[in-house]
Amino acid sequence: MKVLQALPGGSVLGTWRGGLAFLVLLVIALAAVFAPWIAPYPYDIQNLAATNKGPTLAHWLGTDEFGRDVLSRIIYGARTSLSVALAAIGVSLTAGMCLGAAAGYFGGAFDRAVTAVVDLTWSFPEVLIALIFIAILGPGLTSTIIAISIAYLAQFARLTRAQVMTIKSETYVEAATSLGAGHTHIMVSHLLPNTLTPVIVAGMLATGDAIILEATLGFFGLGVQPPSPSWGAMMSSGTAQIFIAPWTILGPGLAICIAVIAINLFGDSLIDAMDIRNRLRDY
Amino acid sequence: MAFLSVREVSVQIGKMELIDRISLDIEKGQILGLVGESGSGKSLTAMAIMGLLPLIGGRISHGSVTLDGTNLMTLPEADFRALRGRRIALITQNPMTSLDPMLQVGAQIDQVARLHLGLGAEAAKTRSIDLLQQLRIPNAALVYLQYPHQMSGGMKQRIVIAMALAGDPDLIIADEPTTALDVTIQAQIIQILVDLVRERGLALLLITHDMGVVAQACDQVVVLYAGRVAESNAVNAIFAQSAHPYTRALIACITRAGQAAGSLTGISGLVPSAASYAAGCRFQPRCTLAQAICSDVAPALQSHGQGRVSCHFPQGAQHG
Amino acid sequence: MFGFLVKRLLLLLPVFLAVSVVIFLIVHLVPGDPVDHLIQIGSTPEQKAALIAKIGLDKPLLVQYGAWFMKVVTGDFGDAIVLRRPVADLIAENLPHSLWLGGLAFVFSTIVGVATGALAAVYKDSWIDRGVMILILLGSTVPSFWLGLLLILVFAVHLGWFPVSGARNWTALVLPVMTIGLQGVALVSRVTRAAMLDIARKDFVLLLHAKGVSRREIQLRHVLRHALLPVVTILSLRVGWIVGGAVTIEFVFARPGLGSLLITALNQRDYPVVQGCLLMLAMAVMLGTLLGDMVQAAMDPRIRENMQ
Repeated sequence: MKVLQALPGGSVLGTWRGGLAFLVLLVIALAAVFAPWIAPYPYDIQNLAATNKGPTLAHWLGTDEFGRDVLSRIIYGARTSLSVALAAIGVSLTAGMCLGAAAGYFGGAFDRAVTAVVDLTWSFPEVLIALIFIAILGPGLTSTIIAISIAYLAQFARLTRAQVMTIKSETYVEAATSLGAGHTHIMVSHLLPNTLTPVIVAGMLATGDAIILEATLGFFGLGVQPPSPSWGAMMSSGTAQIFIAPWTILGPGLAICIAVIAINLFGDSLIDAMDIRNRLRDY
Repeated sequence: MAFLSVREVSVQIGKMELIDRISLDIEKGQILGLVGESGSGKSLTAMAIMGLLPLIGGRISHGSVTLDGTNLMTLPEADFRALRGRRIALITQNPMTSLDPMLQVGAQIDQVARLHLGLGAEAAKTRSIDLLQQLRIPNAALVYLQYPHQMSGGMKQRIVIAMALAGDPDLIIADEPTTALDVTIQAQIIQILVDLVRERGLALLLITHDMGVVAQACDQVVVLYAGRVAESNAVNAIFAQSAHPYTRALIACITRAGQAAGSLTGISGLVPSAASYAAGCRFQPRCTLAQAICSDVAPALQSHGQGRVSCHFPQGAQHG
Repeated sequence: MFGFLVKRLLLLLPVFLAVSVVIFLIVHLVPGDPVDHLIQIGSTPEQKAALIAKIGLDKPLLVQYGAWFMKVVTGDFGDAIVLRRPVADLIAENLPHSLWLGGLAFVFSTIVGVATGALAAVYKDSWIDRGVMILILLGSTVPSFWLGLLLILVFAVHLGWFPVSGARNWTALVLPVMTIGLQGVALVSRVTRAAMLDIARKDFVLLLHAKGVSRREIQLRHVLRHALLPVVTILSLRVGWIVGGAVTIEFVFARPGLGSLLITALNQRDYPVVQGCLLMLAMAVMLGTLLGDMVQAAMDPRIRENMQ
């Protein structure tokens, strides 16, 4: 551990929390990327003779109501969940950061307008916002990504704006302005790099929530549509078998839990290592 | 034995020793000034006497504290709690944060009387308003109902003093009571404290970093530096002829009427942190009279004239 | 206090208007002809024309919005496509169930959350504290619908103590309330603990000790009261979370309520119901937040002064 801690970035990996969480995340990411090579079966091969069977040597986590291998579907499901969550948070982060930075930097009426809109969505639960946009766009992969990214937009905009407003009045920005630097230059060279860290970490933590949100939407039947496997949808169809085949629910559920806990633990140790906890207080 | 007797007390927080065997005595009707820069251990002394060190993870690792014959170190916590607020009272440094912002100030003063004197609500209220009047607070009955954020710093500090008096204590520890206040209010508050001592015969431990306050109010003074006693003496004696170089530097820091603006005298260097105390005399790095022995051997506290000093080369220089 | 309430209500109005505009536009933003989203599949052109005339779908958007808004404010949400009943009736039937669920979950979260958080703070670093921290970790990372399913599996399917779904009697409320509640407990507990530890370090607490007040009284009478402020703040900010939780959990437990009504309607493309439910849920969030603000102002004299 001590050796790990001495490496750059090692202060995160060197702790039990951070290191273990990172390992778990690595495993999940690799599973998602290399799913076709790792999964024992393709996710859509049905075997109607062997439906709802419990865990066996052939099927480590059993089969679902169509005889499909649960383990394989979970592995492929990792692809869906991770890619949707990452894409959504990526879009949300970018848009939110631009919006928040501009609002914080330029101030005035633009800032007030943005703040008003952001505050509007701030108090609403992400589920509700996502549902509104699913209502407009209909269920499916793209609409899920869009809906989730809008749901988290407010968070990132607010955080970035708060950071920018703190930094805006720092002397080095004043110095740059007095030297004639243009707005874009200041924003890109000075503001963004310094606000990047807490916002990126917040983004990482939000990815965990996004995975849950994606699964929730899938559970409602409103997310990624079949036959693409999604952890949420698997659990939804599993409820019909709840009395005879509970593993169809437990498997994907456990996968979600592990992924989210790992993300949270890793993000937490990142916050401690970089000592930005106070910057992420309720903004 | 003195009313309050602190003998060779050392204080540790965690593994660090922050106060190294200090002693002081206060009699009833006497005002003892405890002087030093921030970081010297003044507030810790107050906490140590009140038995509140556990709150900050500290403890008395050596020595004894005796109040009117009672050994405070061996007192069970329940008994000690009965003492606090009743026989020993604390006045804290920052009135802005010392009062509970969600309670009316009157209720906060009442609390002491109700807890320690067993008074009922009405009786406590009467007593509190009376105390406010004694402290010359106008419209005492109205002030009683106010919240802390509705008053000025000086007024808040008077409330804190009222709280300290509510239990009819024998000893008051005032930890930098005027530091956070405007200069104009400072003299008033100090005067209030001095009057209280004279009128009620209390013992007062006045902790401050300002030798001017010491000159104004105190009978005796103990000068603290980096957790050790540098010098202790009667106030008149110390101002007439101080022995420790640090004391003299502190006295020179007091601005005088007529002094040219911008000509403040300071003491070069910074108070060392407990982790980096020098071996030998702790003041040596900043002392203009330091010699070889000063960095090797820690000077012991010895009698010197009427008082005591811990210096290898105590002086007897006169100054204006 | 009253002036404060009026001021806040006035501030809420533009928010409500903005939300209603978005919800109103749903039918117009979905690809396709709006009239098709408001009527059964397979309707005749005459039926469609009648609907267009009735709702005024041929009028400019602004006029349509105005008409829709006026209707909504008087309680007319239109007719459900699938069930062919007034949406208002459906809402009226389902609302009480959601209110019970949300209300009980809120009370449960608050009481259990404050209690565990306070215990953890008072007995910091003991096994109680560690236990509570683990509970908090689990509560904030376990997805609510999985927790619900887990509870169903253990307590309903396996042990048979509670019904698996539905709303036959009060026993059917226990598991859903606990599911939403446990997540809330995690949040409230964490904030309570952090707030109490934070406040215990403040100067006025030192002075309370110096006055000889017992530790228990300091924690319960002074520190806890202060700690409740951030708890109320966080709760009023997160009222939306109860609404969101209720929506999900109603679906998981197949309970009647606005949530399951909404999800079913979304799956069926029953837009009048979708709009009605979204509007009601949005209003619930706004009113809940307002209530939270009022409670905060009642508790902290400084906030009241700021608002005058």
